[in-house]
Amino acid sequence: MSTYSFLIRRVLQALAVVLLVTVVVFCLLHALPGGPARGILGPQATASQITAFNHEQGLDKPLPVQYVYYLNQLIHGDLGMSYTLNEPVSQLITERLPKTLLLTVLSAVVGLLVAVPLGVWQAVRRNKPVDYVITTLSFIAYSTPVYFLGLILVLVFSQVLPWFPAQAPQGNSVLAVLSQPQGLVLPVVAGAATMVAVFSRYMRSATLENLTEDYVRTARAGGSRPRAILTRHVFRNSLTPVVAMLGYYVPVLFGGALVVEQLFNYPGMGLLFWTAAQSSDYPVLLGCVLVISIATVTGTLLADVLQRVIDPRVKAGRS
Amino acid sequence: MSSSLASVDGLAAKPAQAASGTRLAVRRFLRNRLAVVGLGVVVFFVLFCFVGPLIYSTDQTHTLLQQVNQSPSGAHWLGTDAVGHDELGRLMYGGKVSLIVGLSAGVLATVIGTLWGAAAGYAGGWVDAVMMRVVDAGIAIPALFILLVVSAITTPDLTGLVLILGLISWLVPSRLVRAETLTLKNRDFVLTLRAIGGTHARAIIRHILPNSVSTIIVAATFQVADAILLVAYVSYLGLGVQPPSTDWGGMLSTGMTAAYSGYWWLIVPPGLAIILVVWAFNAIGDGLRDAFDVRGRA
Repeated sequence: MSTYSFLIRRVLQALAVVLLVTVVVFCLLHALPGGPARGILGPQATASQITAFNHEQGLDKPLPVQYVYYLNQLIHGDLGMSYTLNEPVSQLITERLPKTLLLTVLSAVVGLLVAVPLGVWQAVRRNKPVDYVITTLSFIAYSTPVYFLGLILVLVFSQVLPWFPAQAPQGNSVLAVLSQPQGLVLPVVAGAATMVAVFSRYMRSATLENLTEDYVRTARAGGSRPRAILTRHVFRNSLTPVVAMLGYYVPVLFGGALVVEQLFNYPGMGLLFWTAAQSSDYPVLLGCVLVISIATVTGTLLADVLQRVIDPRVKAGRS
Repeated sequence: MSSSLASVDGLAAKPAQAASGTRLAVRRFLRNRLAVVGLGVVVFFVLFCFVGPLIYSTDQTHTLLQQVNQSPSGAHWLGTDAVGHDELGRLMYGGKVSLIVGLSAGVLATVIGTLWGAAAGYAGGWVDAVMMRVVDAGIAIPALFILLVVSAITTPDLTGLVLILGLISWLVPSRLVRAETLTLKNRDFVLTLRAIGGTHARAIIRHILPNSVSTIIVAATFQVADAILLVAYVSYLGLGVQPPSTDWGGMLSTGMTAAYSGYWWLIVPPGLAIILVVWAFNAIGDGLRDAFDVRGRA
């Protein structure tokens, strides 16, 4: 399969997935108790008020027709109005999404920078004490709920040892947040912990697998030093499956951001989502779900394409 | 006809691991020290939660305002919480809910995922494509977001909670079982069965699934670990079981505010319990994967 037809195929698949998500979101919107009318008008609304509202908003039309309306709105970037904040959902999300992306990207970068060397180290020292200790620690990190980890971090590094603030930087722009880097330390560490656990495991097994390949023995027989083989050949070949896993990891990163933002009061999309859930602000909730899914699908797509670019074997294997 | 079908089932559907294979797997599992420790931890917590209350009985229903927020002592080994419940007894009581819900949700997710994945892989073609895009769409929405949306709509009872957790976490096992089915469906014993008139359902149920059983068991173990972890988030997200009932996640999230007042005994025990049990199931899954020689979890 040529690269172009692969790209087109993958993009079409991604679009199909996004379309499916819109169906799910639409169904959720209509499965709500009392429907959107009850949500906007409140529990005091009379039956006639609700009928009038439904008629005005086109909510008395058949569901497929409403779905087409809904899709049409989405294409025009209209995600509806927030019930409680009285602002367009799209505007609320555009304000907050960059800050969430900052948090997730920072967590992912920090996580990878720690996880990749750890995994390689473990593979080289396979079945030695170091390997067991790191394996145990990463299992523990994986098994810890993010909110519990965040709480412990705050108690230790903010209450007992006053090193970092317990609250994330506030501010409306990414720059404002970045101007107080010390406030980002604890949220980023909390967000990166699971990532370190998962990706050091991937990196360990990928490196182990590559170390048994013929080319390693050939290079060794040809007189290359083990360290040179590791950094020049094995490392690069082991990184490829890790890149592919990165795409599947995007939803976990966003899930982590949801908890971290609530815990540290970080003004991103996760916190917006959280407050919207407390006040049953459905347009905001479903708008966020949609944006997060699109981000996830894009992430997976990018990882797939990137993997194909890095590793010629993938191309040969798939066609 | 039926007798010849049965003989094909008997000949071919013999799972890859016969009696000696099983013994080999058990031996390999026992050699994995972490996995054995994990098994021990799970057995300990099951005894602790289900037998423990019979030995160490406490009042977990009445509010006892004369003994709130006491630190650990001879009378209350792990202290008491904000309404005077004994924390050690509460740990047993909440553990029951966490373990039952986590186990049921993990098993339910594996069952749904297995059926979905086997059907998709066996059918192939556009049916497979559509079914797998549904899985992609599900994976694209992070589980915590769905749980929070659900919490805005309703507060489910325990059965509802198991259903919700099962319905959002069957996606990964479905992918694993589909991959397994793809390699099995063109094997000779399946083709033979089809050639002599066996139905598709029979091929899947009697031949493909029994031969995928090691993949399914490994997936189920990891699924239970993830489900128990997800249960720990549930109360935090506002979907938890209602007081006076509780679970470890619920104890942890109600204890969070108290932690700032220095009441460490309200968060450390449930936190450690969650970490230990989730770790244990992951270690068991790891051991089983090595024992059965199954690849990858994702």
